[in-house]
Amino acid sequence: MSSLLFHPALPILIGAFLILKLSGTARSIVLLGAPLVSFAFIWMTADGVILAIPYMEWTLEPFKADKLSRLFATVFAIMAFAGNLYALKQEKVLELFAANVYIAFSLGVVFAGDLITVFVFWEMMALASSTVIFSAGTATARAAGMRYMMVHLLGGVVLMAGIAGEVSATGSIAFTSMLPDTLPRALILAGFLLNTGAPPFSAWVPDSYPEASYSGMVFLSAFTTKTAVYVLARGFPGAEILIFIGLSMIFYGIIYGLCENNARKMLGYSIVNQVGFMVTAIGIGSALAINGAVAHAFAHIIYKALLIMATGSVFYVTGKRKFTEYGGLFRTMPLTAICCIIGGLSISAFPFTSGFVAKAMTSEAAYVGQYYWVWYLLAAGTAGVFLDVGIKLQYFVFFGKDSGLRPPEPPLHMRTATVFFAVLCVGIGLVPQQFYQLLPYSLDYEPNTPDHIVTQFQILLFSGAAFFLFLKYYGWHLVESLTLDLDWLYRVWGRKLAVTFTENSGSARDSIIDDLSKGASATIDGIHHRHGPDGILARTMPTGRMVFWAIVMLAIYLLVDFAFM
Amino acid sequence: MLIDQFPAIVVGVPLVAAALCAIVRNETACWLIALAVAFLSFVGSATMLGQIQEYGVALSYEMGGWAPPAGIELRVDLLSGYLLVLVSLIATAVLIYGRQSVRVEIKESIRGWYYTMYLLCMCGLLGIVITGDAFNAFVFMEISSLSMYTLIALGKDRRALAAAYQYLIMGTIGATMYVIGVGLLFTITGTLNLVDMADRLAPLLDTPAAIAGMAFVVVGLSLKIALFPLHLWLPNAYAFAPSAVTAFLAATATKVSIYLLMRFIYSVFGFGFAIEQTPIPEVVMVLSIAAIFAGSFSAIFQENIKRMLAYSSVAQIGYITLGIALANATGLTGSLVHIFNHAVMKGALFMLVGGIALQIGTVRLSDMAGVGKAMPLTMFGFVLGGFSMLGVPGTVGFVSKWYLAIGALENGWWWVVALLMLSSLLVLAYMGRVIEVAFFRERPEGAPPISEAPKSMLMTAWVFILACIYLGFDTSFTVGVAQQAVDVLMGGAQ
Repeated sequence: MSSLLFHPALPILIGAFLILKLSGTARSIVLLGAPLVSFAFIWMTADGVILAIPYMEWTLEPFKADKLSRLFATVFAIMAFAGNLYALKQEKVLELFAANVYIAFSLGVVFAGDLITVFVFWEMMALASSTVIFSAGTATARAAGMRYMMVHLLGGVVLMAGIAGEVSATGSIAFTSMLPDTLPRALILAGFLLNTGAPPFSAWVPDSYPEASYSGMVFLSAFTTKTAVYVLARGFPGAEILIFIGLSMIFYGIIYGLCENNARKMLGYSIVNQVGFMVTAIGIGSALAINGAVAHAFAHIIYKALLIMATGSVFYVTGKRKFTEYGGLFRTMPLTAICCIIGGLSISAFPFTSGFVAKAMTSEAAYVGQYYWVWYLLAAGTAGVFLDVGIKLQYFVFFGKDSGLRPPEPPLHMRTATVFFAVLCVGIGLVPQQFYQLLPYSLDYEPNTPDHIVTQFQILLFSGAAFFLFLKYYGWHLVESLTLDLDWLYRVWGRKLAVTFTENSGSARDSIIDDLSKGASATIDGIHHRHGPDGILARTMPTGRMVFWAIVMLAIYLLVDFAFM
Repeated sequence: MLIDQFPAIVVGVPLVAAALCAIVRNETACWLIALAVAFLSFVGSATMLGQIQEYGVALSYEMGGWAPPAGIELRVDLLSGYLLVLVSLIATAVLIYGRQSVRVEIKESIRGWYYTMYLLCMCGLLGIVITGDAFNAFVFMEISSLSMYTLIALGKDRRALAAAYQYLIMGTIGATMYVIGVGLLFTITGTLNLVDMADRLAPLLDTPAAIAGMAFVVVGLSLKIALFPLHLWLPNAYAFAPSAVTAFLAATATKVSIYLLMRFIYSVFGFGFAIEQTPIPEVVMVLSIAAIFAGSFSAIFQENIKRMLAYSSVAQIGYITLGIALANATGLTGSLVHIFNHAVMKGALFMLVGGIALQIGTVRLSDMAGVGKAMPLTMFGFVLGGFSMLGVPGTVGFVSKWYLAIGALENGWWWVVALLMLSSLLVLAYMGRVIEVAFFRERPEGAPPISEAPKSMLMTAWVFILACIYLGFDTSFTVGVAQQAVDVLMGGAQ
């Protein structure tokens, strides 16, 4: 049991509780120190099962390590450090508490050796991350957090059903690699996929994350989807269906991102898009592809957090979220602009950035694995990302039409965190071999070859040219619009839908929505009618009614018993 | 040997002590008597259970020296021993817990009567479990029910009178149906001893009298169990009774009736008949699932927390009877384990709510805003209890749901597993509502300051909360005994 004391989640978990009580410098020390201690623990941890606990008829392995878990844990700890630094002055203690608990549970998932432990931490993560969203404190955040929590707990239900079936079929709770060839395994896969933002449940990412506070979204972007990538990489490498799911996520993210006017929401779509690359790679399943997926996850956490920090800083100083309200901010926020551009280049896999050295492996794996069509689509996806985050985001926020806003740079701790990640992005891109040593499979691979670099430049240049040509000849009219997504299917019962559909919605769509809302409220009213305080099944009953039911039951039993004899 | 006398001591002493309390009527003295007797029953029950586990032989006690089947037999086997331990344990704990809240909720002049009724009720519940005689079970059922009606009505809440009255009517109808059923069986077998009845009934099972008797017994007990749709008496009875009574009732009363139902279905009518040849499992399964969803939906819409937890009990009873309907060893194990687990977690939750009621004076959800900050220990316990209700691994709720799910899978009933998992979301909806109000809302301006519940209440509740977690990991007692008890039930069938 004492080995549990060195579980990397523990320092951050304890830290989370400490910051509830502390303030000022002491709080800062805990916020920054806990991830460092955790980092040290991660690298002190030896491979193999470190703790096993007998539970019912099995053995739980709540603490088990190998290269894959250590890699994810490492980037989680780095992220925890930078995230806490960025959020150092966050006044909402609840958010910091929930975020650190959330990080600790994510570390719990990556060090879990059995399905039950995975499930427990998985659910706890869902609760903690919902709290991060809730703690933004606005009404929209509360509603979004509720939708987020419901989607995730539903996913947890599917996952648990799968685990129950799997354990019942195999008698083992070990979390090992499998293929979705039985119903239980398919359910486990579905439960995992929900957290990646796979269709048809992609919408929870852009729906909920932007509603978190400026710092809350930084935390959220890193852990839920990436633990999902981790469990997929461990549980379902080579499940071909993931290729299709991953590719659809890539293009879902690009297309919706291009239409989006809310900068933070666009980054939400971009998360789905990027995780799509990883899911595709896991679907390919070769050693190179898995390396690509986890390297991409590692790099992605850093550059996506960087982008969200930079746009979060803009949000923090201006209070605005929309592209149409931004423009020309590089004048007073040059440092943020440069960092954001570095993030944009990284996510677009610009040579000599972290994105390039990670994504190159996935493309190569698709090529070597003779998935040529996948290779083409990945290349197209890369071009799309560049268009989205590499250019559109930078252009409309920092350049483009001058909005007249002259906000200052954000506070020092926020700048430091942003610069730290910008440096990491470039650093990993420049010394890829040191980075590759962390990966689960040792392979001899060199990304920075002339051939790769030239190909990549071609892709990026042409998509860049497309953007500016388009801008010049047609203009880019970003409007306040609502892109219809599958989430309206489940958001309908929130009844707030009609309010959200204000502009750009034709009367036809209105009436559909109207009907759906009515249907949903009728359902809820129906349930309330029967089960509410005055419902037929719940109200304080006259005794006669109860006796009536007793007689009915007796009649039923007598009838069926005699009928069947 | 002394242990041979234990069955008589376990039920006899509470009966005598109840009479003693009725004479003494001094609050403190009665409390001490009740506590000592309940604890004695617990020790006796636990000793007997240990003895039976060790030697594998049921204990039989001949009342008044008359040998069964003519005389009344008290019979303790693994299954009844398990229930005896549960009932006496809860009875002891609720006495420790309830001292403070009884002082607030019950008028001083009748507190002596409270302990009298409490002991009678405990005696009745233990008696139902321990007796090996069908009619004697009816007698004990009446003892427990009559004292329970009184207990419910003792509180200051005048709505409790109506609730107790309804419970009285329904309970009487249930008991009457049960006794009609037993009468029918008696007419064809000529015996009331359960073991003897099972033997003599075997060749007569397809006679109309046996079938009608079975229907009457099952419906009568379903009423006592509060199995959907016969649950309507339960929410008000739980909601308006004094807090300590609710905790005791919720944890024990329905469980004991479930025990009797299991005895009849599996031991008297037999697995080969009741389960395999009649549609009882199908009907019970449909009703169980209906109970799970109807109970949970109703719970979501309750404004009174005790009523909410009461509806949740209706749903949880559905889980237990579902295990009966699954009719395989795993499902039945889940059912038996859940009898114990639900008693522990629901008992704990009602105890915590009782503490809140004591401090803020109401159990309305809207009055609970901000309670989380003022009563952190209480509400943290509530959260853990909620996790257990949800079935989070590492809590007792998971263990029982797990066995039920595996039992359903063994029958190939995927959709039951899916419904089980979905029902957890409903639990989240109603428990989450309380947690949201308690932690994420501020206490209204000008509300009087509140503090944690008295130590004795909080500590007892927390012992149960910790038990929810401990028994969630160490399942050797609950699952171990349940598996052996299932062997007794299923073995008796062949």
